[in-house]
Order: sequence, then C-alpha cells, then structure tokens
Amino acid sequence: MKSSVITFPGSNCDRDMDVALTKFGFKNKMVWHNDQELPKSDLIVLPGGFSYGDYLRCGSMASKSKIMNSVINFAKSGGLVMGICNGFQILVEAELVPGVLLRNKYLQFICKNVHVKVDNKENTFFKNLDKKVLEFHIAHNEGNYFCTNDQLKEIEDNNQIAIYYCDQNGNTNDQINPNGSIKNIAGIFNKEKNVLGMMPHPERMIDESLSGEDGSIFFKNLLNNIK
Amino acid sequence: MKVSAVITLKKDVLDPQGKVIHETLDGMGFNSVNEVRQGKYFEIDVNENDPKKAKDLVEDMCKKLLANLVIENYKIIETQ
Repeated sequence: MKSSVITFPGSNCDRDMDVALTKFGFKNKMVWHNDQELPKSDLIVLPGGFSYGDYLRCGSMASKSKIMNSVINFAKSGGLVMGICNGFQILVEAELVPGVLLRNKYLQFICKNVHVKVDNKENTFFKNLDKKVLEFHIAHNEGNYFCTNDQLKEIEDNNQIAIYYCDQNGNTNDQINPNGSIKNIAGIFNKEKNVLGMMPHPERMIDESLSGEDGSIFFKNLLNNIK
Repeated sequence: MKVSAVITLKKDVLDPQGKVIHETLDGMGFNSVNEVRQGKYFEIDVNENDPKKAKDLVEDMCKKLLANLVIENYKIIETQ
C-alpha cells in the first residue's frame, strides 16, 4: 500500500509519520508543498506541526498551497486523506471537513496523553478496530473544535464524529475535555468518511517502550482496511 | 489605493483572549468595561484606482483567506 506525507514549511511531525507508516508496511513518499502532483497513493497524510508559523489562522496558509489542489481533488474523488493536529487544522481551512479549531479554552498549550473513544467504525479508518478506547498523545494550542449549530446537527445526523476525548473507561464529560471542544470532539470525518481530521497523534504511540502501542493498533488496522 | 479590513469574531464564538484582557482591564481599575472582543486589522495596498473595484477585491480576499466565515465577520472600513 502506498502513502504520501505532505511537508509544509513548519511541519514537524512529517518524519514521525513517515517512520510510523513505514514501520507498519506502507510504502511512503514525502511530498513537498510546492509540488503540483501527488504520487500514486492509497493514503495522503497531512502531518502535525506549525505550518507557516501558524500565521493568520492555524493551517490557513497551508490550505492554499499548490499541492492542496491535488489533495482536494484526491479527496473529492474518494481518496483517503488523514490530517493530524496541524493537518486537521489544514483540512478545516480547506473545507474538506466542517468546523474550525479555536484556541484552547484555557489558553494553554496542552501536551499530554489522552484517551479517545472511537464512535463510528463504519469507515476505512476504524473498521474492525477491536478496541473502543485508545490512548493517544496531544500537543496543541488550537484544538478547541467549534462549529455552528447547523453544522453540528448535520455532523451528528451523518455520524461524522470520529473520536471523542474520554476517560480510560470511555466516559465523556466536561472534566475530561482538555481544550473546550464542542461535545468533546477530538476528530471528525467528512460526509463520505474518506477524510479524517483529528488532533491526537497516533504516530507518537507506536513503540511499547517509549510510549504505548495504541498507535500501532491504529496503523496496523488501517493498513488491513486499505489492503 | 489602500483598503482596510477588520475581522471580528462572531457573537457566539468564545474569545478567551478578549475575556482575559477584560479581566486585566478590570484589575487595572477600568471598571466600566462590559465586554472585550479581540479581532484583526489589515491594511491592504492594491494596485487599483477605482474605490469600488478595490473594495470588491479586498472583500474577495476576506472571503477566501483573511476571514474564516464559520467564526469570523469582516468589515471593509475605509478607502483612501
């Protein structure tokens, strides 16, 4: 299976993502933001980082870069696209997934492990996953998911909420919400479920001795679903 | 021609920075403040002499890049 990771100026999780994808069997290529065309890919990843120094709004500049025209076409034709952290911010700015990511409610940069509940397994990203709660890492300043009431209704009607912040038993409530996101939303799909944006970093949880293995579970399952 | 645009957060969007600024002003003795909302201001020099065309151009920029219309409003405030 072939994947591509896009590197924007200021991306800093692109190589971690490359390591993770390669470790679990993807043939990965790194793609520069100024390129026009994507290599043939089964999965495109927009990595975390601080593209364009978070100028104007996080992800806003990157969402207009040359390669994004190809990424948008790829997504619109049903190709799998995943945006992690800053990649999620780029996806909302490119309007590939609904809503926006505001500054964290308590104005702090948050860097810690969190648990997320997988809500919807009827999609390529989470199908057949045998765990309901995963432990991932978050590191962000603007992860406070927000959308209009109309958007929220549409998101809920179409089952577009991918993952929620929760405790280790899968309970979602205000105390466990790290950043003020509406409904504890940590990740969201487009309507067709081929585009996933999420704040947590699965690529940081792929080594038992360094972190945890829930990222490994996620990537192995993803590869099997794409095969 | 120079055109200015002001971007503000919509009414029901949380503005924690504005809140903190409000509290700080309060602490400094400015007790008559009802609310503070933080926004962005742009001065754009466009190569266009027709004021209407220049404003339209900046409006297009606001819609496509400068503002995110899910959370922000924009206002073209002056031409000179």
